[in-house]
Parts: sequence; C-alpha cells; structure tokens
Amino acid sequence: MTYDEILKGVTAKFPSSVISSNIYRGELTMVIRKSDIIQVCEFLKNECSFDALRDLFGLDMNTPIDRFFVAYNLYSLATRRRIRLKVPVDEKDLNVPTVTSIWSAANFHEREAYDMFGINFTGHPDLRRIYMPEDFEYFPLRKDFPLMGIPDSIPLPKK
Amino acid sequence: MEQQSTYRSKILAALENQDTSVIFDDTLENAMVLNMGPQHPATHGVLRLLLRLDGETVIKAVPDLGYLHRGYEKIAENTTYHEFIPHTDRLDYLSPLSNNVAYTLAVEKLAGIEAPPRAQYIRVIVSEMARIASHLVAVGSMGLDVGAVTILLWTFREREKLLDILDILTGARFTSSYARIGGVMQDLTDECIAALRSFLDQFPAKLDECTGLLNKNRIFIDRCDGVGVISKEDAIAIGLTGPNLRGAGVANDVRRDEPYLVYDQLDFDVITVEGGDALARYHVRVREMKESVRIIYQALDKLPKGPILAYDKPKRVLPQKERIYTKMEELIHDFMLVNFGINPPVGEIYQPFEAPKGELGFYIYSNGSGYPWRMKIRSPSFVNIQSIPIVLKGAMISDIVAVIGSLDPVMGDADK
Repeated sequence: MTYDEILKGVTAKFPSSVISSNIYRGELTMVIRKSDIIQVCEFLKNECSFDALRDLFGLDMNTPIDRFFVAYNLYSLATRRRIRLKVPVDEKDLNVPTVTSIWSAANFHEREAYDMFGINFTGHPDLRRIYMPEDFEYFPLRKDFPLMGIPDSIPLPKK
Repeated sequence: MEQQSTYRSKILAALENQDTSVIFDDTLENAMVLNMGPQHPATHGVLRLLLRLDGETVIKAVPDLGYLHRGYEKIAENTTYHEFIPHTDRLDYLSPLSNNVAYTLAVEKLAGIEAPPRAQYIRVIVSEMARIASHLVAVGSMGLDVGAVTILLWTFREREKLLDILDILTGARFTSSYARIGGVMQDLTDECIAALRSFLDQFPAKLDECTGLLNKNRIFIDRCDGVGVISKEDAIAIGLTGPNLRGAGVANDVRRDEPYLVYDQLDFDVITVEGGDALARYHVRVREMKESVRIIYQALDKLPKGPILAYDKPKRVLPQKERIYTKMEELIHDFMLVNFGINPPVGEIYQPFEAPKGELGFYIYSNGSGYPWRMKIRSPSFVNIQSIPIVLKGAMISDIVAVIGSLDPVMGDADK
C-alpha cells in the first residue's frame, strides 16, 4: 500500500478530515482535524494495517492560533510503512481525544505529552505527569518556559 | 504539607485503581503496598516500581520514571546540531555509539547529506560493536539478577576487550561522541582493525563459554522459563521493539525493514524466538550477538577506501582541523558552523534506528535556523518499561528482577 493509496483511502472515507498533507524526504505527513482523529486512527488501524503506534508527542509552534500539535508516528508491521499524523490543538482548548483505546502504547506517550505541553488527553485511563513531580505547575517543553527553569518551582521537601 | 499529600495520593490512586483481572478466591488478607527502587540493584538504574501485593503475588505494578530526567529535548532546542552530539552519549549510556550514529543519521536526512561509503561501513561496525557490548551487559546482569554471579564477570571480561578497541578507535571507552554530521570523527586504523579481528576470532567461543553457564542451568531455566510472558498481540500493541519484540516471535528489525547505512548490502538474519518469556528474550540477545559478529566481519571485508567525512558539503560538515589553521575557506566555514550551525532546510523528518534496546528514533522539526525547533527522541527503553505492568500481573516478587533483567531497560534512555 503506497502513500498515495493511504492518502486517497483516508480522504475518500473522511473528506473533510484531512486539512493538508505532504511528503518530505519520503515521509508522509497528514494534518487531521482534531474532532476526527479517533475515527481516522481506527480506519488506519483496521483498514490500512497500521498496527503499531511507535511514537506520540507534542509540538509547540508558538503561533497565536493552533499553537500546539500532537503528532502520531504510525507503523505497519505487515507493509513496513510509516506515516505521521498531526493534529492542531489551539491554546484555548487543550483537550485531545486519547488513542489509548486503539493502541495501548499511547499510554506513556500521552502522559509525556501532557507532562511537557499540558495537552489534556480526554478519556486517558491514568493521566499523570510522568517525568516531573506531580506538584510541578509548569510545562517545561513549551516555548515560553525558560531553559534555566523557574526558581523555586520545585519546592524542597518539607519536614 | 498539602502538596506533598496530593502527590502521594495521585500515585497511590494509580496503584489502587481496580483495573486488574487477577482475582484470588483465598485472599490471605495480607495485601500490601511495596516500594521497589529507585535505589535497588536489580532495577538497572533508577527505575521505581510501586507494587501492590497479595502475599507474594503482584496484583499491580506502577512504574515511576523521571529520576534521571535531564530534559534533553529542551537542551536540544537550545544547542546547534553539532553541539548536541555529546548529549546523545548520555541517552543509552551502555551503547553510546548507537545513539551517536542514530542522531547524525537523522540530521543528515534532514539536511540532505550522505556520508561517504567508508564512513557508512565504519558506522555499521561501531553500531554492531555497541550492540555486542550492550547485550553482554544485558545477558550478564540478567544472570546476576537471578543468582548466577559468574556470568556477569565473564561477560564483563569480554566487554572490557571490546571497550579497549573502542578506546583505540574513538579515544574513550564510553561517551565516545564518535559520529559527526556527514561521517565519523576519525578513521578506522589498521591497528584497530587487527585488534577487532582478533577479538572477533575468539569471541564466539568465549560467548559459548559464558552461555554454557546458563543454557542448561536448571536454576536459571526455572527462574526464566514462562516468566514475564507477553503475547505477540500485546507486544505489538504496547509498542515493544527490538529484542523484546523479537523474543515474542515477531520478526521486526529496522535494519532489515527500513534499511539505513549499508545494511541492505550485508547478509544477516533477524533472530526471532517464540515464547515471549524472559528465557526467549535472553536467547534472542545471545544469538543477536553472533549475528553482529557476522555483520562486522562482512563490513570489515567490504570496507572501502576513501574519505570519512562528506567534505563536498562544506557548509554542513566540519572541516579538517589542520586546514582550519592554514586555509581561509575552511576557517570561515568552521566559524560559521560553530557559531550559527548548519541551518538545514525547513521540514520535519523521523529517522528510525535499530539500537540494542529497540527502535531509537529522532524526530526533528527544523525552521531553517541553526537550532532544531523541536526534537523528539523516541527512546526504546521508555516504551519497553511500559510493558512491565502487563508482564508482572500475577507474577511472584522474585520474578520481578528476572523480568526487568530480561526487558533490559536503561534509565538514561527512558528518562531522557
């Protein structure tokens, strides 16, 4: 199944879902509307045999609208194809539906994206911070978080 | 005080969540919560596990990460592409050469550089050496975890010989920072090739000696056979890669499936073992080491002559040091590269790489400046740790160390 067939299959099934797509250095990237991500992922898993979610992460583009993206790195063990989906997330509504019900691998990755960008994956079974302490208030990989950190943001343990 | 208590309750709530299929009719009424790690010799670093136990049976395990989190993805956004190479050594610190090569491959894909053939062969050789070194630690420490101390000493003896060769080649035993964007740092000398060949000639026999301690060892087999079982479907769904996935009988290897470097010109087998238990994962690692020996032999035989850095791309590749001091062009390029970076075109790429622990991938988003706008490191250990709650469900406490040893997570890799 080539990239063209995948792209045609998705656009035929979900005509309004694919915002844009491009092939760069031999990699297909599709930007998908946030509300349709679950249906598109289910379609890709069941019809295009993308049985493995290899990675999921956030991006901060630092733009006024659609500031964040969530990127999905899908891999098919049968066809050995790899595609990337991207979902724009506006700063005003940081909720993204979780894909843990489709690929259980998304669990840790979504927790990491939540920890680093504050993206709220609705329906996630265990959405906690994964690296930073639970009482940490900031999201370190956002572009407005300084490289040197924020003084006193991690309090010392009290007696 | 308030904050402390909410923190504790969140992680305990995750543990006490009733999402478990293990039900006991005759509960011994001694359910307890046990904290294993982060300072525990069998957790391979600073992995912390919260365990909910019924007697000696694990009902639920919750891994807790982040004790070695250094924020490399944030650092990457604030360093040039060349500056980040030493940081990759510290990801999976048992196989730094794999990480160097994986990172430089990703940057080369982004910037459109191709390393010269000799550099590609040298990269294959060093990444297979890194695989042998890493698997030797994995096999040895797994033996140690289940009580066989001698195997650790013997595998470390072999690894020491390999590290001596890496010392000649890269100038450091660990933290090699050997790969460069567009090639490698220094050439594989005849002295190094001779040392490597003499190591490879004796290694398979020595490996058989090491594994002879375990392969028919009743205690080892009893501790590992049928322990930490993961099915094919679960292994794929949870995202396992590398030896752990191949130990569940799934033939998936980035070297074969999405060939990079010159792996498509080399002959090697993708090792799979059915079973999905700790013993299967052990056998995968042992047999992969022998495949790596085969690959290194082939690469040494085919090793072409030529440059080791892509000097035809002077605006992307660091010039030779001698020429910087004597030639104007090289001095300018060196100044621009060090101060402003390589400025790859706008775009995003993902480059997978078969590291010893599994699929190591670098996603880089470039906005055309000298710094990556976003770099995501897809580290294999992070995902492999995710399978611990599944494989530990219903296991005994003493199986935990065998399971962790067989999954072989490295916390530097998992915590980034």
